[in-house]
Amino acid sequence: MKKSNIKNQSSSEGREVRIEHKKSLSPHYSLLTTKFQGVGLSDDDIKKGKVCTTHWIGDTKYAWDQGIAIGKYLEGLKHGKILGVECHKCGRKMVPPRMFCEWCFKTIDGWVELFDTGVVNTFSLCYVTWDVKRVKEPQIPAVIEIDGASKGMGIMHLLGEVNPKKVYIGMKVKAVWKSEKEREGAITDILYWKPIK
Amino acid sequence: MSDRVAIIGIGATQFRSISPDLSYKELMFEAAVKAYEDAGINPRKDVDTFVTCAEDYIEGTSIFDEYVPDQIGAALKPVHTIGGDGLHGLATAFLQIRTGRFEVAVIEAHCKPSNMLTPDGIEACGQDPIYNRPLELNTHFIAGLEMNRFCYETGITYDHCAKVVIKNRKNALNNPIAGRAAKLTLDDFKYADGIACPLTDLDVAQPVDGAVVIVIASEAKAQALKKNPIWITGIGWCNGTPSLESRDWVRPEYVTKAAEMAYQMAKITDPRKEICFAEIDDRYSYKELQHMMALKLCCECGAGQCIERGITDIRGEFPVNPSGGALGMGYLYEATGLARLYCAVEQLRGDAGKNQIKNAKTALIQAWRGLPTTSAVVTILSVSGGNDGK
Amino acid sequence: MGNRVAIVGAGMTKFVRRAQETGKELSYHAAKMALESCGMTLDQIDAVVLGTAPDTFDGVHMKGEYLSDGAGAWGKPYMRSYVGGGTGVFSVAQGWYHIASGLIDTCLVVCEEKMSSYQPHAQAAFLTIFDHTTERPLKPNLLWIFALEMNRYMNTYGLRKEDIALVAVKNKNNALDHPCAQIAKAVTVKDILNSEVLAWPVQRLDVSPVSDGAVALILTNETIAHRVTNKPVWVEGVGWALDTSYWTNRDLCYPRYVEEAARMAYKMAGITDPRHQIHVAEPYDPFDYKELHHMEGLMLCGKGEAPQLTVDGVTQRDGELPTCPSGGLLGVGNPIAAAGLMKVAELFWQLRGEAGKRQIARKPKRGVAQAWGDLMQVGTVVVVGI
Repeated sequence: MKKSNIKNQSSSEGREVRIEHKKSLSPHYSLLTTKFQGVGLSDDDIKKGKVCTTHWIGDTKYAWDQGIAIGKYLEGLKHGKILGVECHKCGRKMVPPRMFCEWCFKTIDGWVELFDTGVVNTFSLCYVTWDVKRVKEPQIPAVIEIDGASKGMGIMHLLGEVNPKKVYIGMKVKAVWKSEKEREGAITDILYWKPIK
Repeated sequence: MSDRVAIIGIGATQFRSISPDLSYKELMFEAAVKAYEDAGINPRKDVDTFVTCAEDYIEGTSIFDEYVPDQIGAALKPVHTIGGDGLHGLATAFLQIRTGRFEVAVIEAHCKPSNMLTPDGIEACGQDPIYNRPLELNTHFIAGLEMNRFCYETGITYDHCAKVVIKNRKNALNNPIAGRAAKLTLDDFKYADGIACPLTDLDVAQPVDGAVVIVIASEAKAQALKKNPIWITGIGWCNGTPSLESRDWVRPEYVTKAAEMAYQMAKITDPRKEICFAEIDDRYSYKELQHMMALKLCCECGAGQCIERGITDIRGEFPVNPSGGALGMGYLYEATGLARLYCAVEQLRGDAGKNQIKNAKTALIQAWRGLPTTSAVVTILSVSGGNDGK
Repeated sequence: MGNRVAIVGAGMTKFVRRAQETGKELSYHAAKMALESCGMTLDQIDAVVLGTAPDTFDGVHMKGEYLSDGAGAWGKPYMRSYVGGGTGVFSVAQGWYHIASGLIDTCLVVCEEKMSSYQPHAQAAFLTIFDHTTERPLKPNLLWIFALEMNRYMNTYGLRKEDIALVAVKNKNNALDHPCAQIAKAVTVKDILNSEVLAWPVQRLDVSPVSDGAVALILTNETIAHRVTNKPVWVEGVGWALDTSYWTNRDLCYPRYVEEAARMAYKMAGITDPRHQIHVAEPYDPFDYKELHHMEGLMLCGKGEAPQLTVDGVTQRDGELPTCPSGGLLGVGNPIAAAGLMKVAELFWQLRGEAGKRQIARKPKRGVAQAWGDLMQVGTVVVVGI
């Protein structure tokens, strides 16, 4: 194929671009006859050593600084309280806490103590763990809108002490805490949320 | 329609070895507030696109871009992450503004290496899993191999490399945001611990926590918002080979190609004469000299003699790394390039205090992504937007 | 404003559960095919962009650098973009701004994913996408956020699983005509509803699989496009938006970030009535309800109305608005970043009349591809036209 130097007039830098003469789909190429690459392997291929494999377990450990906002939130949890923050410009009371209002882009104006009750915004009944093991009794993750915060302000947590078939969106729930001496300043200081009768 | 793009705002936190009082979100917020104040903009209204630079393994979180928008004012706006150095982010934002569809762009990068409990293990995950990792070597070995071959072929000595460290860490003493300033002498190197011979621990830039945010704009916006915008007159970036087995251990071609792209755009034909100072990567001491050569910034005497004769000192003919570089400021992983850009902009604005270089009009900033990569970005900044010379 | 940008070539590998090829090799095969499809060679490519999702799948830090040689980037300007699952479609926007800036004339866009490396199962890697303090200690599962969203969506609009399952039926059946498909199958609504419950309301056949695969496109400026092919497919609009990370503060029934991205893309493309001006749609469908969710975000119908369009057959290949004619992620497979780019490749082939058995008879002139990612957070949209 002939190559020619053609000045590329659309480039403001005035660079030269070499490109071949005009063509439609290259005559020797057709999607209908082309062979797509990719060789699929089965579990057996690996277990029976039909392909070579290497293994690596990474040594990747982290300890994250919580900072001011989450630091105070965790401290609140240790004392059996759920804390939120407020922005006076938009009027929102937010949880989980943050040092800035993301909509107004300004620092928050103060802290508020919220209730440890809330409403189920959405939930699921999960029969598979995070590492893909099947379980008989489902985990019940949910987004719980916290009472005292602005509408729609939820946190993710688990539901417990409830018949999975009886869970519904709009259900009122209350936090079940670990005992005071067991709490360590973590989201797991709340064991789960149970329905308020 | 003008093609010119300028830097109109910069913001950075202090670079510290630990920052236990602040989460990464709070560090980013601080840098962002400073940058927006400097630029005189409100990110919720005035910014068209946000580019952040991060790597999951450094953060300890996958799909890290999930967590960036809120603290930089970018919630529900065009935001994306580039897996690259902050200067790759700058190149991205530059391209976006040049399309004519965006007028103001923000680039952010940060890191908190103090939160990495096993930095060696984490960095080892960057090595090729099939050919290199089974050797179970600390990743610095790659720099050790390179330094050894580089010095062997060029005649640059380990003392030359040590003098780079001494120069940069001394410069950092007068840089208020630097985190690793020190007054060293050649004697200190006699007692330094070996890491990957000939590398000693003094030859390696130590990590620090910090965040940097940069605001850039099209010419029209820049003129409207800022009295003295700093112009990006050239930018280039290039990759070499990721594999250790096929790379040149002496000449980083990818740095030269990135520079050529930038020089061509900036219409620079004699870099040493037309650029006033340079901020170039010095994650390892020998790297400053290797990069100087690749960037064609050495005079005929060579990079070793440049450092020997004080040509690259802060009061020398061609200051290199007046900010203190990574050796003096601290190594900021993905934020390294932006930290150097921040200091270069201060120089060009005349705000560099005791480290101020007289008549600083044009600067070159170069970033390298660190081991085991062969990925570099070069950018040229200018006060007037044209070819200023010295 | 800016230079016009066209897609002139496309290539992809098969999507399989675990490929013998390494990530580099997958990228190479896709890139090579894309170049061959338009008779171009690597030295005619000015820049390369790569999209690939979490590094944890491969267990390689700075995965973008590792894959760069397979993607053809040796000695070239190269960048990797990353917006989680939205990456595949976003990479086209990345290629677009490279060329529309005037600095670059030809760009190779590659998306690759190799999820099979992670043991015991790639799903476990998703633990690390959650907030390390407020969420990870609860050991969340990727299925949770989809299930929470699906439940909210169904509950808000009173939707039935039977109607949602029609999407999985359509896509898995469509995929029977895709030569690269991983799990194409002639399924029925009953099969879906009888499949194992994973995280109610999500059942096994509602979900796309974990996959390995790669896709590549060649983008050029207008001048070169006309020289390379007589059927360039123009990138008419691009848009992207990332919502707040505080996903538990948002109502999951509507993907407003997809709407924001779509508005940006439609404005650029001059689209004022998406439902009628778009002739074929490839919204992101990792789960069946997602196709519906995203159709609404793309403003192809009103909120809560997408299931009815499916029931009415509007989204079938011979319907008024063919949606996921490729077979989507549900049928072809879900190698995260590559899946998004596969959708753009599908539009490329559809608009040129090269989609073989999947070809939409109505001669579509304009299509929209959309991808989604992060914590129910990012929308990336590309509008193409011929």
